[in-house]
Formats: sequence, structure tokens, C-alpha cells
Amino acid sequence: MKGAETFFVDLARAIVNGLENMGMSALGAEIILLIIKFACIAGIVTVNIIILIWLERKISGFIQLRLGPNRLGPWGVFQTIADAIKLLTKEDIIPSQTDKIIFRTAPIVFIIISLMLYVVLPFGDGMAIVDLNLGVLYFISVGSLGTIALLMAGWGSNNKWSLLGAMRSVAQMISYEIPLVFSLLAVVMIAGSLNMSDIVNAQDKIWFVFLQPVAFITYFIAATAELNRGPFDMPEAEQELTAGAYTEYSGMRWALFFLAEYTNLFAVSALTAIMFFGGFKGPFLPSWLWLPIKAYIIMLVFFWLKWTLPRIRMDHLMAFSWKVLIPVTLANLVVTGCVLHFLK
Amino acid sequence: MVLDHDVRMLEKNNIIVTTLEKIWNWGRAHSFWPLSYGCNCCPIEMMASGAARFDIARYGYEVFRASPRQADLLIVAGPVTVKMKPVVQRVYLQMPEPKWVLAMGNCAISGGPFKDGYSVLPGCDTFLPVDVYVPGCPPRPEALFHGLLELKAKVLGQR
Repeated sequence: MKGAETFFVDLARAIVNGLENMGMSALGAEIILLIIKFACIAGIVTVNIIILIWLERKISGFIQLRLGPNRLGPWGVFQTIADAIKLLTKEDIIPSQTDKIIFRTAPIVFIIISLMLYVVLPFGDGMAIVDLNLGVLYFISVGSLGTIALLMAGWGSNNKWSLLGAMRSVAQMISYEIPLVFSLLAVVMIAGSLNMSDIVNAQDKIWFVFLQPVAFITYFIAATAELNRGPFDMPEAEQELTAGAYTEYSGMRWALFFLAEYTNLFAVSALTAIMFFGGFKGPFLPSWLWLPIKAYIIMLVFFWLKWTLPRIRMDHLMAFSWKVLIPVTLANLVVTGCVLHFLK
Repeated sequence: MVLDHDVRMLEKNNIIVTTLEKIWNWGRAHSFWPLSYGCNCCPIEMMASGAARFDIARYGYEVFRASPRQADLLIVAGPVTVKMKPVVQRVYLQMPEPKWVLAMGNCAISGGPFKDGYSVLPGCDTFLPVDVYVPGCPPRPEALFHGLLELKAKVLGQR
């Protein structure tokens, strides 16, 4: 049990020691270790997405009393692989009237930004790739950069639906960024740190979801909107905007956007687990198993919301953020501050 | 060039040989994403095929895309009028290769009861390369599934 708990940390140390014994400088060994870590992240993300898309299709089926994909392999697990092969071999259309450079870079920027989110997540005890002491701030600021990629896609496509979808997503993301940050701030105030490992360690006795139930609810709503997921999937509202910002994208370029959305989904679920559900802390199992388990459970709630609730109207969406969420989170911050002040 | 008995020898030694073409066709045949397009009663059956009782998702064909850029299969469900023809044609041309067309219902196949009308084309195969015809007025979801499975067999090269 002890060995399982520190397996990855020991492995990393063994690699660094091995490289140094082979006559490499300490800095060189660290850099090679970083490259290995990033390769691992890319691998984890890819495999994870294949599972996630299959899971979402299966669960949407179960929610709608259907069976979901079940022809390819047991329970249809190879369905996503068939889709990926098809998307890879589709024709790559770049319409003649687009802004070619922006059109081409938008999906790449989007996926890079969503991969950057994984850098600060502590996957287990001492298993963050870079243990930033401003981890939460980094996560939020990098996460909100994704809007620029969407706007690039909408502008570069030179298509009215794309532009409308992109504009909607910018409006939505900017207004939901504020309650998101405010609700996370309440947690940060209790933990007294922006470092994610410290926040997890501060939840040794009690999860923050019990200390900050209001912040958790507002955070969850704002996160759903940030992820562009139902019931807030306005930017990709198929019935009104064809496919929103992605209308002109075909084949693998479109798939990159799709992958990036699921990458974001896992990252934000992991952040939820870290901020409110004790992150990698849990009994019996090693710490690097607890974070994926919790993140998957939170992701199931995201799926459940998406396939249960109808999409809400754009103006209601904005009004809800500015008139309900922001006052509630602000009041929550004030109350949290006062309680902390009098307890000290 | 690899001879057949070479391939068989490899297979005896547990080495499976395939061509890229076969893998690609396997992927394509198992994930037709249809374009949401239809006129009236055939689309009702199409919707029914997506719902709980029939469930097109079992075959992995449930991802109805609104944008032709992401679709593989154009299900022409309903009569194509003279006015509609350029639109359908344009939507077809906007879809990326490889793409397929399935004519669903008698109207799409031959014009159906409107065949003699002044505004209806006698079938969408007058201007589109149709791969599979699914007759019926409207065809039941099972018939649509049969048509899709026939198209799958065609893409896999079994037909």
C-alpha cells in the first residue's frame, strides 16, 4: 500500500537519479523529466477523451431510455475510435473567403490552452507537474483564454453563424468568469492559499463543500456556463446557429475543438474536486486514484445536467449571471470574510 | 506486391495484415453522421428512429449534424421541388468528402404522389449521386436502419 501511494513520485525520482548517474546535469535531468510529464499528460488526455465521448453517448442514451452505441465491441466501446478514424480521413475544407491564418490557428490555440490547464492540477500527493503557488489564479486566467480561440474561429470563418456564436461565447464567458472567481475566492480565503496542494491539504478534516455550500452551487453553475455545456450551450446552439463558432470547420479541425471541450471538462471537474471535495484525499486507495474517481463522478453530474435541462435563452442567461449569481457570490464573500475575522 | 500466400503465412504467425483503406472504410462505415434535412413525414420517422423505441444510436449513427461541413450522409427525406433543388445541391457540395446520399421515401426516389406536379422533381437522383434508396411512404425506422446497414455494407466493400 505504501509503495502504491508513492509509486509515481518514486518513479520520477528514479528517472532523475538515473539520468544524473549517467552524467547529466541536474537541470538537464529535470528538463527531461518535465518532457516525460507533458507526454504523460498528452497521453492521459487523449485516452480520457475517447472514454469520455463514449461515456457521454452511452449515458445520454440511458437518460433518454435508449441503449446508446452497442454494435462495435462490448457496450460499443470502439465507437469513438471509429469516429476518430473517420474524422481523421475527412476532407479538410478551408472556405475561400476565410481569414486563412486565423482559421487554421484557432483550433490549435484552443487545444493548447486546454492542455495548459493540466499543468497545475495535483493528480496525487506531490504529483502536480508544476506546483505553482498561484495555481488557482493560473488555472482561471489560462482557462478564460479559451474565449480568444473561439472568437478567432468565429471571426476567421467569415460566416454569420460563426461570428454570432463566437460573440455569444465571449459575452457568456466574460460574465460567468466573475461569479466563478468570486466563488473560488471564498474557498481560497478559508484555505489561505492559492496553491492547489495547500488547498487540498486544508481539507484534511472537512471538505469545503460543507463549509461553502453557496459558493459550491454558484461555482458549479458558472463552471457549466464556462464549459459551454448544456443547459448553457448557447455558443453552439444547433437549432439557431447551425454549429455556432464551429460551423465552417470540418474533419480534424472540428474534432480538435471537440477534443478541447472535453479536455476542459475533465480539467474543470478535477478543479471542482480539488476545491470542494478534498482533491486527492481519500481512504484505502492511493491518492492518484482518488482525484480521477472524484472528477469522473462530478463529470457524470455535468452529463446528467446537460441531458436533463433544456437550453436557456441568451438574455436570461446574461441576466442570471449579472443579477443573481454576482450579488449572491459577493454576499457570500462578505459573510465568509466576517466569519473568518471573528473566528480568529 | 504482397502475394496472398505471403499474407496467409503471416497470419499463421499471428501477424494481421491490413491496408489503410480497410481501416479507413471500417471507421467511415461505422460512423455516418447524417445532416438534419427533411420535409415533412419522412423526418418524423427519422426522429422516431432517433428516439427510445428504435434508437439509431445503437449503430453509432445518431450524431445528426446541423452544419454540412461535419456531416457524412445526406438523407434526402421528402420531395425536392424545383425551388429546393439548388439548395439541396449546394448543401451536398458543402459536405466534405467522402460523402453519401440516401434517398428516403417514395418522394425522394421518384417524386411519389407529386411526380406529375409542375414544381416537383421526379426523384433526387436527377441531380445527386444516390447510394441507397429506402422506399416507403414514409418508410418505417426499421427500413431506414436497413438502408443504413446496406450503405455500411457498401462502404465496407461487401456489396
